[in-house]
Amino acid sequence: MKIKTISRSSDDYVPVKSTQESQLPRNLDPALHPFERAREYTKALNATKMERMFAKPFVGQLGYGHRDGVYTIAKNYNVLNKLATASADGVIKYWNMSTREEVCSFRAHYGLIHGLCVTPQQFSPNQNENYMLSCGDDRTVKLWSVNTEDFSSIKNDEDVIGSGSGIKKAYQGDHAFLGLDHHRSKPNFVTGGAQINLWDTTRSRPTSNLSWGADNISTVKFNQNETDILASAGSDNSVVLYDLRTNSPTQKFVQKMRTNAICWNPMEAYNFVVANEDHNAYYYDMRNLSRALHVFKDHVSAVMDVDFSPTGDEVVTGSYDKTIRIYQVKHGHSREIYHTKRMQHVFQVKYTMDSNYIVSGSDDGNVRLWRAKAWERLSVKSTREKNKLEYDEKLKDRFKNLPEIRRISRHRHVPKVIKKAGEIKQVEIESLKRKDRNERRTNKSMTFTPERKKQIVGVAHQYRDDKDQKGESEHQE
Amino acid sequence: MAGITNEVSRPDRFRGSSGKYDRTSLKPKKQNGYNSKTKDKKLKAGLKRIDQQYKDAVSEAAATEYLLPETSGFLEAEDEMEKTFRVKQDEIRSAVDSSTANKALDLKLKEFGPYSVNYSRNGTHLLICGRKGHVASMDWRKGELRAELNLNETCQAATYLQNEQYFAVAQKKYTFIYDHEGIELHRLKQHIEVKHMEFLPYHYLLATAGQTGWLKYQDVSTGQIQAEIKTKLGPTSAMAQNPWNAVINLGHSNGTTTLWAPNMPTPLARLLCARGPVTGISVDRQGHYMATTGADKSMKIWDIRTFRELHTIENLPTPGSNVAISDTGLLALSRGPHVTLWKDAFKSSKSARPYFGSSGLADRNTPYMTSIFPGNRVTNMQFVPFEDLLGVGHQNGVRNLIIPGAGEANYDALEINPFETAKQRQEQEVRSLLNKLPADSIALNPDIIGTVDKRASATRLNAKELAEITNEKANEAKNNQDIPQAMPGVKGKNSGLRSFLRKKTQNVIDERKLRVNALLNKEKEGRQRNEKIRKGEIDEGHTDMVSEALSRFG
Repeated sequence: MKIKTISRSSDDYVPVKSTQESQLPRNLDPALHPFERAREYTKALNATKMERMFAKPFVGQLGYGHRDGVYTIAKNYNVLNKLATASADGVIKYWNMSTREEVCSFRAHYGLIHGLCVTPQQFSPNQNENYMLSCGDDRTVKLWSVNTEDFSSIKNDEDVIGSGSGIKKAYQGDHAFLGLDHHRSKPNFVTGGAQINLWDTTRSRPTSNLSWGADNISTVKFNQNETDILASAGSDNSVVLYDLRTNSPTQKFVQKMRTNAICWNPMEAYNFVVANEDHNAYYYDMRNLSRALHVFKDHVSAVMDVDFSPTGDEVVTGSYDKTIRIYQVKHGHSREIYHTKRMQHVFQVKYTMDSNYIVSGSDDGNVRLWRAKAWERLSVKSTREKNKLEYDEKLKDRFKNLPEIRRISRHRHVPKVIKKAGEIKQVEIESLKRKDRNERRTNKSMTFTPERKKQIVGVAHQYRDDKDQKGESEHQE
Repeated sequence: MAGITNEVSRPDRFRGSSGKYDRTSLKPKKQNGYNSKTKDKKLKAGLKRIDQQYKDAVSEAAATEYLLPETSGFLEAEDEMEKTFRVKQDEIRSAVDSSTANKALDLKLKEFGPYSVNYSRNGTHLLICGRKGHVASMDWRKGELRAELNLNETCQAATYLQNEQYFAVAQKKYTFIYDHEGIELHRLKQHIEVKHMEFLPYHYLLATAGQTGWLKYQDVSTGQIQAEIKTKLGPTSAMAQNPWNAVINLGHSNGTTTLWAPNMPTPLARLLCARGPVTGISVDRQGHYMATTGADKSMKIWDIRTFRELHTIENLPTPGSNVAISDTGLLALSRGPHVTLWKDAFKSSKSARPYFGSSGLADRNTPYMTSIFPGNRVTNMQFVPFEDLLGVGHQNGVRNLIIPGAGEANYDALEINPFETAKQRQEQEVRSLLNKLPADSIALNPDIIGTVDKRASATRLNAKELAEITNEKANEAKNNQDIPQAMPGVKGKNSGLRSFLRKKTQNVIDERKLRVNALLNKEKEGRQRNEKIRKGEIDEGHTDMVSEALSRFG
């Protein structure tokens, strides 16, 4: 007769010393884990509730803000915690975001500042710091230092700095400037206005004029990966792409309404998103501009600014309806809406370079700092806590389509005005669609225009084969 | 050379056979069903990825079998002539190691018997309950008594709740909850004359049934009664929970076994298990099989996934009193003083059918082990979780029989841990409370949540419609039109309400009658008020502030 019984020695399972971790053997046999699915669902439900409980998106404002509306914010692509903002009264402030205090503050221009950017580090004599470029209504572009000491002689920021303290260089233009951006690696910058001009930082006059058409250019944006590509948006509702290697515009497309801002996808160099006056943001592929890749809907007023997260999978938009929305690039509707009682029309939104925070500038003169994920906290976490959060994320993702969980995770408090406006807009859109449907039913020659093509009026290409001969092809849709 | 040819490639070596880890193996398989259904490339790719992830997870889980520290026990005969069921407990005890031999607890308690036993979920604690009022909770491995109560009244059953810190005892009339020191915490006055109790650990429900024929579910974390179901089948004679889906199986004196869930007023299923009262029910841990015994000397083995009978043993020598199924699938049957165990009884083949004794035929499932308590009767049995032991409560005490191969050798410490510390126990309790499952989610298929309801949306009720229906039902009594309105202007004795009241039988007091009485009172007050106004004691618009303020409590 052969006999064996289970005999677990407690030496193997019970810790001898108090400092010792106790043995936790696992057995993954499903028979030992009843109600697997139901328990996971309960955990997912709890995790979703916790997420909404911890959702406190607003971190705080930077310093005491500006005295006038903030219409320009410039990211520093090299340093995580620095930021430049400019307001309508011509004041520029450079911020330290970790302490939320200003590094320097000075009046740079007469009147509105339209363009601001932080130049790459390699162009400053000290490799660890940057310069700022600003332009405005007063037909000048100015290059600034960002050191506190340089501005120590200034007692107030009432007077415009003409020379000395902090200003490195000034460039005179022929027209008021409306937009400004610096090349990623070369000492070039580009300005928009009545013309679009390319400048060399070492020269005092623009090196070339890239204009295509005669309209005002309101915003210019360099591609940060394919560094010689550049996009601009103008007051004729057009978006134009330029190539600095041929020193010419290449493509142009016209939408039904004006484009307020452009942002290139930092991970996919050929994609960019534009913020449109028609309440939507459109995501385009520069290789095929005849249709949008995606339409980001939900805003109930003009979208004023748009910015990509540095990871390239989320987009933040700020709108004239006084809200900020966050979209996932693969989804057409926003995953998040941010608002406060005091925030006015949002003119600027930017992701920070670690994609954990969002900075917004609005009409009320405050620069606000938001969490990109409202429920996340960036404090140092124990391994156990980290594992738990990762597990919860996975669970939430797994059960996200279940009605109860979807309801809880989608619920947001939205201001009454916005909610009402959204409802009215919905009715409008529905009736327009119905009308279109009815018309097409009776008139067979009418074609169906998909949602991604509706906003496009036309696309044009311009190729320059050699220097003298201009081969031009245009087609209108 | 042989070594080389037998070598398997490295990734395969660490991939076990999926077998029991594959959750889909039970369901009918549709090979790449989604491929033909959808044209959406993105969706297809996503589904394919999820499928691959699942397959990887299954094979990786199977690969962890290498790491399991323990192997399960066995008792094997070495030649044809030897029979395992002839081996006596004394022989086993002398053969096994001393730690196992020490676990063969034998308590002789002559005074307050018969005793029933209940082991806590992790098997560390034993709760014994003598019919004449002796209840004791003990850490049986260490031999430490935690609580001992002499209740001086009949105790029908006792069970531990979520851990060994709390236990419930069904006493003569009410059911009580005690803590680990034996201090009375609650008297559950709704649970009257309970004979059987089951605790559903994942739902925190205490289910009781007994003499009254009611099945009651009490949530022990909130203290609320979750459901009270009338079985309409007289006193309940046996009770067991299905640990896989938390369905309660009740045995009745007409020979049926009924399956219950708290959100259904009628049983989920009815099975005719015997031609007399059902005396014992047991369900295996994965909810595949059920064994029942009846007073008509029968024992039946069921596949309760399909509600089909696997085996019927019609003529036991004496009627069985209890059945138990171990984690490894041993079937134990007690009848009078005898305890008999079979191995592999849950197969549909004829050779799996349990037999008593060996007739010398080859394909007979002879008992695995037998044991006898001479001059005694077994009252209940429970396999000790994670041990090779069968706890038996009998007339003169409690005994653990050593049954090699009965217990699950490898426990999962994050699920139930027999070696848990106080700290771990506390954390586990909090965690399990957070993950408590709602009582109304109990159904025959525990994995129904998260699956797609394949019925057409037209035939499905949405949440709003469901709410409407339930509200309608709740307000049915309120809205019904057969109760006349209160009419304070009526002078005579013959108001509509009064005549309505006369129609009802005098001794019945139901909700409707109470409401009619309240309306009558209102009518009376209105009349008195009219009278007062007529006499000029109060004016038209008079309101009695005090009575109005107090009326909210009325």
